[in-house]
Amino acid sequence: MLSYILKRLALTIPVAFGVSIVCFMLVHIAPGDPLTSVLPPDASAQLQAEMRKLYGFDRPLPVQYGLWVLKTLQGDLGVSIATGRPVASELGKALGNTLMLAVLATMIGFLFGSLFGFVAGYFRDSWIDRLASFVSIIGVSVPHYWLGMVLVIIFSVQLNWLPATGAGPGGSAEWAWDWVHVRHLILPAVTMSVIPMGIIARTVRALVAEILSQEFVSGLRAKGLLDFGVFRHVVKNAAPTALAVMGLQLGYLLGGSILIETVFSWPGTGFLLGQAIFQRDLPLLQGTILVLAMFFVALNLIVDIVQSMLDPRVQRA
Amino acid sequence: MSAAAPALTAIAAIEKSPGYWAGVIRRFRRDPVAMAALVIVLALVLMAIFAPLIAPADPYRSSMIRRLRPIGTPGFPLGTDELGRDMLSRLIHGARLSLLMGVTPVFIAFFIGSAIGITAGFVGGKVNTVLMRTIDVFFAFPSVLLAIALSGALGAGIFNGLLSLTIVFVPPIARIAESVTTAVRKIEYIEAARASGASAFRIVRVHVLGNVIGPIFVYATGLISVSLILASGLSFLGLGVKPPEPEWGLMLNTLRNAIYVQPWVAALPGLMIFITSISFNLLSDGLRSAMDIKA
Repeated sequence: MLSYILKRLALTIPVAFGVSIVCFMLVHIAPGDPLTSVLPPDASAQLQAEMRKLYGFDRPLPVQYGLWVLKTLQGDLGVSIATGRPVASELGKALGNTLMLAVLATMIGFLFGSLFGFVAGYFRDSWIDRLASFVSIIGVSVPHYWLGMVLVIIFSVQLNWLPATGAGPGGSAEWAWDWVHVRHLILPAVTMSVIPMGIIARTVRALVAEILSQEFVSGLRAKGLLDFGVFRHVVKNAAPTALAVMGLQLGYLLGGSILIETVFSWPGTGFLLGQAIFQRDLPLLQGTILVLAMFFVALNLIVDIVQSMLDPRVQRA
Repeated sequence: MSAAAPALTAIAAIEKSPGYWAGVIRRFRRDPVAMAALVIVLALVLMAIFAPLIAPADPYRSSMIRRLRPIGTPGFPLGTDELGRDMLSRLIHGARLSLLMGVTPVFIAFFIGSAIGITAGFVGGKVNTVLMRTIDVFFAFPSVLLAIALSGALGAGIFNGLLSLTIVFVPPIARIAESVTTAVRKIEYIEAARASGASAFRIVRVHVLGNVIGPIFVYATGLISVSLILASGLSFLGLGVKPPEPEWGLMLNTLRNAIYVQPWVAALPGLMIFITSISFNLLSDGLRSAMDIKA
């Protein structure tokens, strides 16, 4: 077990290194002088020269990369051009908001996805199975930003039940777990849950169908075990894989929340990314992407280790 | 796929066997869902090609006095947008850029990804390690995030959008191609071909390609739906296609503020993305089962 964890950790290091290179290069693949990405367009020539030196843009790329990594490891992600505030502090709060949204959406998606998937796999090739498969294919095919808009049209514009945008009344900054705030969370979380729901439903359906076709299930039935007993065994066998898929889905939602956060003006990392793109604020873009990608790398690692603990048969290298 | 006993093949040949592809087509035609999806996809493609002939009006002609008319307005069956342009004509013309932006990246990535994956799988060893570890780095990004990172840094524009999406889809295709090729490489007839002196190039061309290209192709068709949603998503964020071009994601973006005035007109471009994406998904599922490819 320990040796697997160490091996898996060792594999993560080169990936994290590669991810950091890709993020570093984002500023350099941007058209024009990288300096324009850290300075307002009306900066004086003297300031430009100073900043070029300060940021080290006059040095060779590998040296620049080394300096950038050192700075990043100390928690310095640069300064946002648009607001002039450190990227790290802008990210802090946004990350919390996105995490809240993504965790809730994953939970909703997992609950309904495994329910649909389980029923579909248990009654394979029945009308329930076809219905559940249809729902899950809609889940993976629907452009979720459009689904968000449609939900806003129905529940905010037409019925006026739930707020359309923001994370609190009057753009209030402080989050609290009361109804006034939670009602802002409902529509974005439901919209976001559709993707993991479809994928988890597909996975669970396949898992359940496969487990039920195995001989030990016939054996259990032959021994006179009731359906509930069989159910327990199926859950025990399907859970590790289903949980692993859920963990990865959480990572996809964290990284892919930009479209939904834009639709709902949800003040998370995606919204921050949207602003960074709109204002061509490259330090903000780079810092946000780096943190989200590293989150995803770490989550992948955790999922693999947890899964191999739950089910020692699975040890992905 | 047809590596079965040669004797059987010989007998079948005498009875004029319809062959593998005929079987695939037969199975596909028996699948009503897949056939319906194929018809819709073909209709969308034809709509895109003949857009100027089908569209009742000029998709660019705006008018300040007839903005945001509802669905069913005489002369404007699907209403007008925020600049008074005919929605029906814009939706029809939108198929051009939306399909182009969605399908092209997967198409290009299919060739690049297959080349990388087949090379890595067939050569193996250090080449495999270097290629696949590089691919792993791009896998460490959620696809939406990678697309947005690249096109966010490169800036808006059709070419930058296509480039970013192509980079997003190369890694998954390369990974599938590598695993399929590695599996095929271990089959004995490859060993036999090598023993009888066939060159590596010939082995790949004659023995490997035919066995791996089908599964890779089916996997790639499954990515088209994701690519369509992502491509329109980029335009929705202000990346990708720029105004005033008609493109469904961009239309959805510019109509976002109109949801309080004409909500259902504003939702139409998204419906088009949804129909297109689900059709490609069902088409891919149908192909997969007709070709009897598992996983």
